[in-house]
Amino acid sequence: MIRFEQVGKRYPGGIAALAELTFAVESGEMIVLSGHSGAGKTTLLKLIPAIERPTQGSVIVNGQNVAALKRAAVPFLRRNIGMVFQDQKLLHDRSVFENVMLPLAIAGVATRDAGRRVRAALDKVGLLEREKAMPVALSGGEQQRLAIARAVVARPSILIADEPTAHLDDDTARDIAAMFRAFNQVGVTVLVATHHESLFAPYMTRRITLAHGKVVA
Amino acid sequence: MKGWLLHHRQAGAQALRRLASTPLNTLLGALVLGIALALPAGGEMLLANFQRLAQRVAATPQISVFMALDAGRKEVAEVESRLRKHAQTREVRLVPRDETLKRLKESEGLGEVIESLPRNPFPDAFVVVPRAETPELLEAMRAEFAKYPKVEHVQLDSAWVKKLDALLRLARLIVTLLATVLGVALVAITFNTIRLQILTQRDEIEVSRLLGATDAFIRRPFFYFGALQGLAGGLVAWLAVLGATLLLRGPVGELAGLYGIDFSLHILPLADSALLFGLAALLGLAGAWLSLYRHLSH
Repeated sequence: MIRFEQVGKRYPGGIAALAELTFAVESGEMIVLSGHSGAGKTTLLKLIPAIERPTQGSVIVNGQNVAALKRAAVPFLRRNIGMVFQDQKLLHDRSVFENVMLPLAIAGVATRDAGRRVRAALDKVGLLEREKAMPVALSGGEQQRLAIARAVVARPSILIADEPTAHLDDDTARDIAAMFRAFNQVGVTVLVATHHESLFAPYMTRRITLAHGKVVA
Repeated sequence: MKGWLLHHRQAGAQALRRLASTPLNTLLGALVLGIALALPAGGEMLLANFQRLAQRVAATPQISVFMALDAGRKEVAEVESRLRKHAQTREVRLVPRDETLKRLKESEGLGEVIESLPRNPFPDAFVVVPRAETPELLEAMRAEFAKYPKVEHVQLDSAWVKKLDALLRLARLIVTLLATVLGVALVAITFNTIRLQILTQRDEIEVSRLLGATDAFIRRPFFYFGALQGLAGGLVAWLAVLGATLLLRGPVGELAGLYGIDFSLHILPLADSALLFGLAALLGLAGAWLSLYRHLSH
């Protein structure tokens, strides 16, 4: 499903974020990406939806080489990838419901179907009661769950998350980890970059460890 | 197709929401655009009225046909019948030379001079009211009458029609220039408004891109925004011109009455109103396009 082949990423200024990265993720797998800060986890995740492009090698997603994808084709790649960002990127002038609606509006899903799907996604993350609330009124954990609902509402086949449990207390973090596991169990390929590998230990997931832009384990 | 329609409906609704979310800005923007557009629109209203008035007045030009002094009764009758039969004449009036002499003798000051003349210096003449209205047709009639036997001179009092025509053309040019200059201003104003909109929507644009929005999806609400703002400006201009028309109608009618003209100011014609709204929306769209091209490309 996802294949990195000899991938290198060098940012302007000469810092090599990733080098000679080669690995594959099978469809339906759940990968925990670990490593110290600055090891290249975020860069690696950004290469999959073409937020960043590699300077070397190829990144194959669903048989397409994302590294060479035309700009006009990028939106359609992203619609098949759910993303939970480190800084969440919620729209603070829109309600919980409208935030989750955005990916469906972008994909052109008819309004009535879309409403049903938004509520289903909110239900899965336990935010159904808060659909009219504005994001600022939510707790940290709730905001994270909102970000997850938005990432899965368009039923992507790949879900990537960058530090989804940062700044959360242990119980909430465990809930979030369980949520990712639940999506994985219904067939979604999941990649989570995290410092808290132990949270995902019960799920016996595969682990890829990065150090200085290289796979070390 | 359905998805495309849905996208347009959503983009339109979003543009309306953005306009409604800042009512004061929207109102001020519409006022600025409206005042800019009201100038050429008002000029057009005045011009349309003046043109209507001019057409009515210019529709009664006259052609004077003077016979030669030695023209006999028979020849005069011949020319008269030809003039009457001419397809383009509406009215033909014979002014006999004796009558002209008599009238001038009675006039103040000229009487003695006329008396001293050995014989009647005036020719028989016809005053022709033509059906034709355009300067070209009138000129053709003048040339034709001049060729009739024993016709000495044909006077077409079209000079002032030509002057009026030139004046109207000049006024039309001024209105067009004004519309062009203020149209450019409208594009510039929309350009800037959309730039500010893009700045305030930065987050939304970034997030939408990450969620798989195409450039078209991101631009669409801004296009609607520009067009709607232009349209709002057009509406303000239209209302301003309407108000001015109604205010001026009374005094203008009174003034015309003093000159013995039955005239009342009409509101902007339908075609011009449609043009105003169409152009306002189109220029708003153009401003939005320029701004998006400048501020949203990579």
